[in-house]
Amino acid sequence: MSYIVNMQKLNKHFGQLHVLKDIDLQVTQGEVLVIIGASGSGKSTLIRCINGLEDFDAGQLEVDSFKLEPKGKSQQSLNSIRKEVGMVFQQFNLFPHLTVQRNIMLAPLKVRNKSTQDAAKLADKLLARVGIANQAHKHPEQLSGGQQQRVAIARALAMEPRLMLFDEPTSALDPEMVGEVLDVMRGLAKEGMTMLVVTHEMGFAREVADRVIYIHEGCIVEQGTPEEIFDNAQNERTQAFLSRVLSN
Amino acid sequence: MDNQFQFDWQAAYNSVPFLLKGLPYTLMISFGGLIVGFLLGILFGLLSLNKKWYLRWPATAYIEIFRGTPILVQVLFIFYGLPDLIGAPIDPVTAAIIAIAVNSGAYISEVVRGGVQSIAKGQQEAGVSLGLTKVQTFWYITWPQAFRRMIPPLGNQAIVSIKDTSLFSVIGVGELVRQGQVYIANTFTAFEVYFAVALIYLAITLSLSILLRIYEHRSQSAA
Ligand SMILES: Nc1ncnc2c1ncn2[C@@H]1O[C@H](COP(=O)(O)OP(=O)(O)OP(=O)(O)O)[C@@H](O)[C@H]1O
Ligand SMILES: [Mg+2]
Repeated sequence: MSYIVNMQKLNKHFGQLHVLKDIDLQVTQGEVLVIIGASGSGKSTLIRCINGLEDFDAGQLEVDSFKLEPKGKSQQSLNSIRKEVGMVFQQFNLFPHLTVQRNIMLAPLKVRNKSTQDAAKLADKLLARVGIANQAHKHPEQLSGGQQQRVAIARALAMEPRLMLFDEPTSALDPEMVGEVLDVMRGLAKEGMTMLVVTHEMGFAREVADRVIYIHEGCIVEQGTPEEIFDNAQNERTQAFLSRVLSN
Repeated sequence: MDNQFQFDWQAAYNSVPFLLKGLPYTLMISFGGLIVGFLLGILFGLLSLNKKWYLRWPATAYIEIFRGTPILVQVLFIFYGLPDLIGAPIDPVTAAIIAIAVNSGAYISEVVRGGVQSIAKGQQEAGVSLGLTKVQTFWYITWPQAFRRMIPPLGNQAIVSIKDTSLFSVIGVGELVRQGQVYIANTFTAFEVYFAVALIYLAITLSLSILLRIYEHRSQSAA
């Protein structure tokens, strides 16, 4: 069995703070994984290690059969990995000086060496897919938060990634815009995209996830199907966390 | 009361053609120096952001030295001191251009550094996450945004440097102030002539200010 992400005994410190402790995590092709946990538990750090936005101190990490070394000593495989792994950020991080269409075209043009025509066609196709075909020539700031996040998803998809990472993609959105972004993600999951999603949207997790992982202070405390975690958590920390988030 | 001073408009007006002979020098030194200074500023500004200490330290030293010493001392050093070192004389205009270049370069380095640092880290992260190299990320994402923010302080530096060229009369460059001094030596109309000199500087710096305002206004409504 080959995994698209294979993490073994991954450890990471920020100075004195031990943020990831012996993390073992295997993700198979097509799997949708939702990561939950309290603020500061290490969720972002965990998924940011996968595309090398954070380096790690010890352990093994293979992404799409490229091996990453501890302490950021693998620039070569890092670049290869990043071409195959898309990332969506809480704050969208769209490029404000480029139009929506150009935001999406940039990586296909510069990394995949596509022609301007092909890249523009691809951008328009993806914009249609995320439901904002008519906004191509606007600048990001002219769009609503939900639209911006959908552009960010389209931008990541333009590289035809084999894996998508989402770090709280709806946390910065007004409540009425959360649904439109989750809809796009739901669609991706249905089409078989491998996804790692950090989110506080428990309804989404229950509906879309193949597996839910609960992280507490840098450790994977419990994992299982949504039913196992949400209806029948074994660990009392998981139970406490869930009762806190589900009650409000 | 024999101190009944009367401003002589005619004298001021008459001096202008002679003064304007200095204008090409003022402009050439300002803009020649600023263009080189801009290149130095990009180079040392980016070096000062580098993680490697052996690149960062020399850049920081350059910035601190040329920001921390008067430009008048710098130009005297270049014009009178440097020839001893290189064994050949330097003509005044060249010395003046070098002085503006190294001096404005130090300030522009700080402008570049500040501009690049002001771009949110998430922009770089988004770039490299898409598979762009660090250089591509800088060139297509960070730099264009940083440059926009650098325009006002760059304009400010240009105005400072244009005015700084007035100091180069001390090494005999025939720029605006020098022309004024020569004219006054023959006509004894200091007040009127310096008034005319000041107006010419003001005309240059105001034109630049207006251009910058227009640019800012445009880029704001475009973005
Ligand atoms: N660059 C950094 N330098 C130092 N400490 C950091 C850094 N990034 C994160 N941390 C710390 O590491 C811990 C884990 O952070 P992380 O962002 O992974 O948590 P999280 O689970 O994503 O939290 P949240 O739900 O608030 O996003 C936190 O205590 C955080 O303060
Ligand atoms: Mg986080």
